[in-house]
Amino acid sequence: MQFWIIQTLNSLAMGGLLFLLSAGFSLIFGLMRIPNLAHGGLFMLGAYVGAMCMQWGVPFWLAAIAAGLAVGALGTVLEGGLLRRMAGNEQGQVLITLGISFIIADLCLLTWGGDPVPLDAPRMLRPPVFLAGFAFPGYRLAVLAFALIVALGLWLLLERTRLGAMIRAGVDDRLMARSVGIRVSRLFSAVFFLGAFLAGLGGVIGGPILSAYPGLDTDMLPLALVVVILGGVGSLPGALVGSFLVGIIYNFGTALFPDFAYVILFLPMVVMLVVKPSGLFGRVTR
Amino acid sequence: MFTLSRRDVFKTGIGVSALALTGRAVRADEPLRIGFLTVKTGPLAAGGIQMEQGMLTWLKLNNNKIGGRTVELMVADTNGVPATTRTKTAELVERQKAHLLIGPLAAFEALAVADYTESHHMPTMGLAAFDEGTQKGAQKYFARPTASAGQASHAMAAYCYSELKMRRMAVIADDFAYGHQQTSAFLRVFEDMGGKIVQKILPPLNAPDYGTYISQIKTDLDGIFMGFAGSNGFRFTKAFFEYGLGGKIPLTGGLTAMDEAILQQTGEDAVGIMTANYYSAAYDNAANKAFVAQMNKDYKADPGYYASGPAICGAVLDAAITKLGGKVDDPDLLINTIRSNVVENTIRGPVKFDAYGQAIGNIYIRKVERKAGHNVNTVIKTYENVSQFWTYDPVEFMKNPTYSRDWPVAKNLEN
Repeated sequence: MQFWIIQTLNSLAMGGLLFLLSAGFSLIFGLMRIPNLAHGGLFMLGAYVGAMCMQWGVPFWLAAIAAGLAVGALGTVLEGGLLRRMAGNEQGQVLITLGISFIIADLCLLTWGGDPVPLDAPRMLRPPVFLAGFAFPGYRLAVLAFALIVALGLWLLLERTRLGAMIRAGVDDRLMARSVGIRVSRLFSAVFFLGAFLAGLGGVIGGPILSAYPGLDTDMLPLALVVVILGGVGSLPGALVGSFLVGIIYNFGTALFPDFAYVILFLPMVVMLVVKPSGLFGRVTR
Repeated sequence: MFTLSRRDVFKTGIGVSALALTGRAVRADEPLRIGFLTVKTGPLAAGGIQMEQGMLTWLKLNNNKIGGRTVELMVADTNGVPATTRTKTAELVERQKAHLLIGPLAAFEALAVADYTESHHMPTMGLAAFDEGTQKGAQKYFARPTASAGQASHAMAAYCYSELKMRRMAVIADDFAYGHQQTSAFLRVFEDMGGKIVQKILPPLNAPDYGTYISQIKTDLDGIFMGFAGSNGFRFTKAFFEYGLGGKIPLTGGLTAMDEAILQQTGEDAVGIMTANYYSAAYDNAANKAFVAQMNKDYKADPGYYASGPAICGAVLDAAITKLGGKVDDPDLLINTIRSNVVENTIRGPVKFDAYGQAIGNIYIRKVERKAGHNVNTVIKTYENVSQFWTYDPVEFMKNPTYSRDWPVAKNLEN
């Protein structure tokens, strides 16, 4: 019984973390039709920037927001300075994002060195919580709660604001959105900022669990891809459900069939691509 | 191109006097050309950069001389990609005319260049800890002054059984050859002595999170052996404490589970963790004290697994080339002298070689202590003259399969 409770909590906490990672990835993918392969790099950069801020004495949550803003600003620059110049050339854009991810990775290595940099959780969240006779890390429960708050905020933004309506229109049909007078290219900037902001924020929130280390980017990017393919490109509920699904599959899969950790993680993705390429909640049919 | 070698010489930053001696000029006193294969970009760069720092520090302390000859260190960045390693090796050997090689860093790189260095009769000081290199795949022109993957695990197992009186243990390691070989070596000695490995957990090398694995760990264990590489020991230990297990089950580990490179980051959680290694930054001899002091001064870091290897190579080469009066043109003579020498004062203590090119030397059991806010791997027990075959007969040992994921079979697993 305890096994099931702990692994369920593990799954949910990991799902929360994955949502912070993949929400921005999904939004950008949905609107711009390109997988931003630098997303893992932006996530890692966020973790490093957050760690640096905390070394300067900035409190955890402020550091998270500062890292989000810094990474968001970088995302905006990349979108405006590079991707926009290649509008229409989607293959070229994907390759550019891949190149950017390599550049970010090596610049991080140059700046912060190769040894892992720990990020400490806020002190009050550090001790384990004791539930019915077993311990569970308090911070992971906080990550879950935080992810749900972010999900709610994003949902309100997308469903209840004018900007959100424009983004949804752009995801559904870019040409039609443009023809009714929406400046889609401006939306690109906004969404790229938002996506990068979420990546940077997620990097810091995930920091106490993952820490910042070279390779964090390539460890996380495939997970974002799986989430988005399962949940559906460009869909917020899709990203949320996909994240929890991947959290559950990963935790129970590795616990019950330890030799097949990655088979279990990626097989559902393959099946989904064959059976329903648009994903569970996909708005985009490619 | 000559510019490459010259740039690399400049990069070494040995100092003005050394620069004046190296470069392209062919003097009567021609420099000793060492090809140094390391990784300075990509995911393995952390270790590779420390490896280079260790080499530079040793050279600095020895006036950039090995065996009386000025050293021209030709550093090649392999990127951690075997194909690149192969190309760079060929470049170092054929174009830059290296007298000998040090490196490469990773086992799969070493495997990629093994046939090349052997067929070109290129004396190679290996650092990658794969067992095959000095067992079934042993080669004539190869010597490894550090350790095979399993060498330190054997000693750790003996210590856990005899000194710590542990009987029921779990092993957890990265799911790749290095992790398998460390845990299998541990398992063999521990179970041969009478202990039981009741649980074996192998998370993928790039596991995003250890939470799910830690929740599976049995609670009635005497101890856990960790066979982690890179930053995974640090990440596992952090999560272990997060889940409230810290201090409840003793943690032990192999070569790199609590390396100096991750020791400070792990903070107070690291205190009490015991690992086995051929080296410790806290090992007390004159050579090591000078080495650690210089590393602290130049790089503000304690040397660990990666930085120590090249420094041991330096001492081993120095002894051999001194004996040869500085002559390195005969590769057979050079490698045979390296392998037949006994070197007393390396930073890991005395080093000699077995018939397969693997160093026989001390294995230290180290326990993390915190002194003035600084973690150190204090040596608590020294196993002297440890062979890669432990106490087993080499021929009998090699009749068995090489340590792997499935051998020896763990007979006592409980589920």
